[in-house]
Amino acid sequence: MPRLTLNGLTKAYGKLTVVDRVDLTLEEGEFVSLLGPSGCGKTTTLRMIAGFVDPTAGSISVDGQVLSAPGAVVPPERRGMSMIFQSYAIWPNMTVEENVAFGLKLRKLSSAEVKQRVGEILEVVQLNALAHRYPAELSGGQQQRVALARAIVVKPSVLLLDEPLSNLDANLREEMRFEIRRLHDEFRITTVYVTHDQGEAMATSDRIAVMNAGRIEQVDAPHLLYTRPRTRFVAGFVGRTNLLEARVEGGEILLGGVSLGSAARAGAADGTAGDVLVSLRPQAMSVLTTAPVQDDALVLPATVRERTYLGEAWDYVVELGSNGLRLRAAAPPLEAHEIGTSVWLRIDPRQVAVVA
Amino acid sequence: MSATTLPGAARPSRLRLFEPITLLWVVLIAALLVLVAAPLLKMFVISFEMQDTGEFTFQNYLTAYGRDRYLQAVKNSLMLGALSAAISVVIAVPMAWAVSRTDMPGKGFTWAIVLAAFIMPPYLGAIGWILLAGPNAGWINVVWRGLTGATDPLVNIYTFFGMAFVIALHSFPLVFIFVKSALDLISSEMEDAANILGGGTWVTMRKVTLPLVWPSILGGFILIFLETIALFGTPAIIGIPARINVVTTQLWQFFEDPVRVEVASAFAMPLLLITIGLIGVQKLLLSRKGYVSQTGKGGERREVKLGPWRWVLFGWCLLVALLSVVKPLMVLLQASFAKAWGRGFSLDNLTLRNYEFLLFQHDMAPNAVWNTVWFSAASATIAVVLALLVAYIVVRRLMRFADALAFLAMAPFVIPGIVMAIGFYAAYAGPPLSLYGSALLIILAFAARFLPIAYASSQAAIRAVHPEMEEAARILGSGRLHAIRKVTAPLLKTSLLGGWLVVFIVASRELSAAIFLVGPRTRTMSVLLYDLTEQGNFEVVSAFGGILLVITMVIVGIGMKLVGRDFMLRRGE
Ligand SMILES: Nc1ncnc2c1ncn2[C@@H]1O[C@H](COP(=O)(O)OP(=O)(O)O)[C@@H](O)[C@H]1O
Ligand SMILES: [Mg+2]
Repeated sequence: MPRLTLNGLTKAYGKLTVVDRVDLTLEEGEFVSLLGPSGCGKTTTLRMIAGFVDPTAGSISVDGQVLSAPGAVVPPERRGMSMIFQSYAIWPNMTVEENVAFGLKLRKLSSAEVKQRVGEILEVVQLNALAHRYPAELSGGQQQRVALARAIVVKPSVLLLDEPLSNLDANLREEMRFEIRRLHDEFRITTVYVTHDQGEAMATSDRIAVMNAGRIEQVDAPHLLYTRPRTRFVAGFVGRTNLLEARVEGGEILLGGVSLGSAARAGAADGTAGDVLVSLRPQAMSVLTTAPVQDDALVLPATVRERTYLGEAWDYVVELGSNGLRLRAAAPPLEAHEIGTSVWLRIDPRQVAVVA
Repeated sequence: MSATTLPGAARPSRLRLFEPITLLWVVLIAALLVLVAAPLLKMFVISFEMQDTGEFTFQNYLTAYGRDRYLQAVKNSLMLGALSAAISVVIAVPMAWAVSRTDMPGKGFTWAIVLAAFIMPPYLGAIGWILLAGPNAGWINVVWRGLTGATDPLVNIYTFFGMAFVIALHSFPLVFIFVKSALDLISSEMEDAANILGGGTWVTMRKVTLPLVWPSILGGFILIFLETIALFGTPAIIGIPARINVVTTQLWQFFEDPVRVEVASAFAMPLLLITIGLIGVQKLLLSRKGYVSQTGKGGERREVKLGPWRWVLFGWCLLVALLSVVKPLMVLLQASFAKAWGRGFSLDNLTLRNYEFLLFQHDMAPNAVWNTVWFSAASATIAVVLALLVAYIVVRRLMRFADALAFLAMAPFVIPGIVMAIGFYAAYAGPPLSLYGSALLIILAFAARFLPIAYASSQAAIRAVHPEMEEAARILGSGRLHAIRKVTAPLLKTSLLGGWLVVFIVASRELSAAIFLVGPRTRTMSVLLYDLTEQGNFEVVSAFGGILLVITMVIVGIGMKLVGRDFMLRRGE
């Protein structure tokens, strides 16, 4: 039985539907991110799972028991969940230790057990030296750790995180991603993680649910989301891409009338046919000065039109000789080409995905 | 991992038809209607009724505006308001600029003076100035005659200007606070920009700094104008002997036997309308001045170097200190310990008899002290509790029509205290409730009058506590009330205490609302002080004023210790 199930979950404020028929299932111990642009309904979905917002339609179940349905909602305090808030919401009137012990005391544990478990979890997040400090004396990263400890120590059925890293500076954010994943590997708590940062979602999650305008567009493992985006939105939101018109005939993808061959077959779902849109990642192309030996790849003549050096790679805009189409392609730092030079563009057919 | 379960299983709770929060909302609306809406409505209604029969009539308005003397009172009020406000601006703007922008010495001292002038009840200042500038026995005139041999007095407090001046000496802190907070937002770079283009310090001040704070000056001016036209104490203490009639003293006369509350209601209407109108204008002024906030806090701020001029400015602050606080307090203190205040400072004139008389022999004074303390405490408690609940619902958007609550809670801000008192008199003094002279009536009137102060501080306090603080407690297993008790309440404690103390202080000195509502057993210190003034025994009056000041200072001291030094003068309170 799945740990958490969202079934046709919908929230409308008046005429405005902000979460629209969301279906999502999390197995026990799974880490799933809700990824999407600001305003797409991630927080609302999370707050419905927590019980702070009542659904307009649909339901939420944990271990098969319905916790939310229209007009019948278990209040947050009886769900046995934990949540980490964007503002951390560390209580400034309590010490680190008191913050962490709060949920345990509500569970009527003996004070010896409370003390022991608080000590253990503070050890895990490396805060035992600061147990008696007040939050005002802690750095942003340390406060974040307190929030994590406070949420994990109660062994929640589901852990919810709402953009927990967005208030940290860039370096710390990087570090905390791994910290969050490390804690997940240690405790295996079923987790829903809300973020608008794809890097965060990729680094932490088992699966990512990409949301747009209240709907889930695709749920997949991070690498599949990147290589096999199913919708135009996902292709554009997760990484950068070129969207090209193409045709599917007999399971083969034809780009500008040229077949990408059998290697590209996996990019099109079974039964697709007719005019489609394909996503072609800049990383799926190489820019070459000499024509390569023939292999599976598609090679087309092109001209360099623009270039930007990004440090880790070149970002080229090349124009195809055949139809004047402009594509964005990436190349390693040493592969410098002047603007205006003629080049060969090699396209890896395995990385072409039909999105619509 | 062992499962940890919460007490009380996860069973869906059906949405109840009548949520507790809905019930609370209904209770709050009812309370606010009783406190705010009903008195005003009743006053409006009876202004169109015949005294005995209750028939519809315009007669009250004809009576109220049918005599030259009454119309003159309206004119006098408007002129007095404008003059006091103008004098306040003259006093306060240089002080605010000096404290905010320059290297003037003694800034802490200036702050202390502003605070002291603000805390001192205006009628005490007025009594002090009678002792200082009464035409015959006033200290200044006695000294003047002694020095020059002149027979005419140098100054006379019993004049229109004298009255405006005394009022301004206790109103200027409002302008000071307004203008200083606007000046604090202007970065030095804006002034530098003018300097680079060739403007000297004075030109820059006139052309750049002053225009930027102009809306705040005007805002402060309007507020003092409104406070002055609603003021009762000073016009009664100085104006009545000087035969200068203003709206508030005229209203008081309508309450002399036979009480003509219908006519008073009609006569109070313009006061209400002017206040509502001008508060609207003031809001507009202060919100339209987006350009002040645009200048940003980010810019660097440097003090303007004034050279010798800084001593001139300091001298100005010193002069204001002398006139508004030091001298009036000195003469009040002297009189309170004197057998006869006119005999001056000498040992054989010293006595404790005035205090002794008040505290142990006077048949009403001890009772009045007690009344003042407990009325103020009760009304502050009611106002803060009510305001807190309303602010919680409004800020957290728990109800769809929450804004109606906020509107009612803030409405008394545009109702002059004296109008409020007449409304309470009209609505609750007579049958069926017959609350006239009861403690309850006064406490409710005070609570209503100062509800906006309590609301403003509660709202600010709740805004400062992120809702996620409470939600974090709830998701870990605490119910709404438990979360409020464990998390929200401790975080609000200090600011609520600040709001409570401010209401206590302003209630403990309130005169204009009290004087219409007190009965023989419910006199407050302010009312008794006014009665004693009418009897003309200034030694006893001063001693009583001293007692009131000691009480106020104790409360202010507690506030400064527990809440912070600036708790009285925070902007918006
Ligand atoms: N209480 C509310 N009333 C009306 N609209 C709301 C409310 N809460 C959220 N919204 C709207 O719902 C949309 C989704 O909000 P949210 O879930 O916070 O998005 P995200 O977390 O993805 O940025 C936004 O357009 C927001 O304005
Ligand atoms: Mg959000």
